[in-house]
Amino acid sequence: MHLVYPAVLAALLFCTGLYGVLARRNAILVLMSVELMLNAVNLNLVAFDVWLRDELHAGQALTLFTIAIAAAEIGIGLAIVLLVYRNRGTADVDRLRDLAEDGQHTEPADREHQAEAAA
Amino acid sequence: MTGTGLTALAAQAPGTTALAAKAHGFLSPAGVEIAFLLVGLVTLGAALVTVTTKQLVHAALWLVVTLGGLAVEYLLLTAEFIAWVQVLIYVGSVVVLLLFGLMLTKAPIGRSPDADSGNRWPALGVAVAAAAALVWVVTDAFRATWIDLEGAAAAGEGSTKVTGEFLFRHWVLPFEALSVLLLAALVGAIVLSRRKTGEQR
Repeated sequence: MHLVYPAVLAALLFCTGLYGVLARRNAILVLMSVELMLNAVNLNLVAFDVWLRDELHAGQALTLFTIAIAAAEIGIGLAIVLLVYRNRGTADVDRLRDLAEDGQHTEPADREHQAEAAA
Repeated sequence: MTGTGLTALAAQAPGTTALAAKAHGFLSPAGVEIAFLLVGLVTLGAALVTVTTKQLVHAALWLVVTLGGLAVEYLLLTAEFIAWVQVLIYVGSVVVLLLFGLMLTKAPIGRSPDADSGNRWPALGVAVAAAAALVWVVTDAFRATWIDLEGAAAAGEGSTKVTGEFLFRHWVLPFEALSVLLLAALVGAIVLSRRKTGEQR
């Protein structure tokens, strides 16, 4: 099989996940997109392992490790999202603006207003 | 759900190690390529629906199709053990966790018009630019590279036996470190999601 097929599929899946991470508003959907990106990397690892066929099988071993780390990441991530939801009543990443520059709670609606005032 | 049907079909493609030595399944090398392309199209389409759909629960269900399609791709690449681990861990537990998360954050069941944030057009630009750059580089670099799938299947590269041997012969220490990391993640998740004692809400 041509190596380009799995490599291109992995690249396209990664960019799909990239779009999801940047464009989604709900934190759980962002986590889903992160899973897509991790899976794209896994596909690349498996394809290159089958191509190179090295002694240590580094690609397949690292794929298994990535799957385990992704499971840990999704557990911690969901715990954090649930904690944020319990404290703030929302899981929208756009509304969590405590670390924004002005340090105030600003709604997305009046962000343009503030930008005008700053300009 | 064409993904599940293809799963059952292609599950037999690389064959088990016993069968792989003589026949390599019922798919010819060209058949493997065609199956890979078709399943890849299904996977990519499901991924696109996952990141664009307005219904949050549907996004999780399309993610199942994507991850199942990837498991089929692993099978076609003769990585059997990883394919089944993918089905068990991702489809079995990660998606269930995500659905639980959607339920516990009281996600709306129907269409939610504000699923995408305001910066979706810049996000689309970034993603398309990254995709163009990556695909161009990858196709340019590996234009004349072929994978020897028959040899890999005949050697039983991805079978459970070979996987166990290299995992517990060369990768034991990372494996054990990873189990400690999983334990730490478990404890961390419990500590994070536990309500403090005496907390009144």
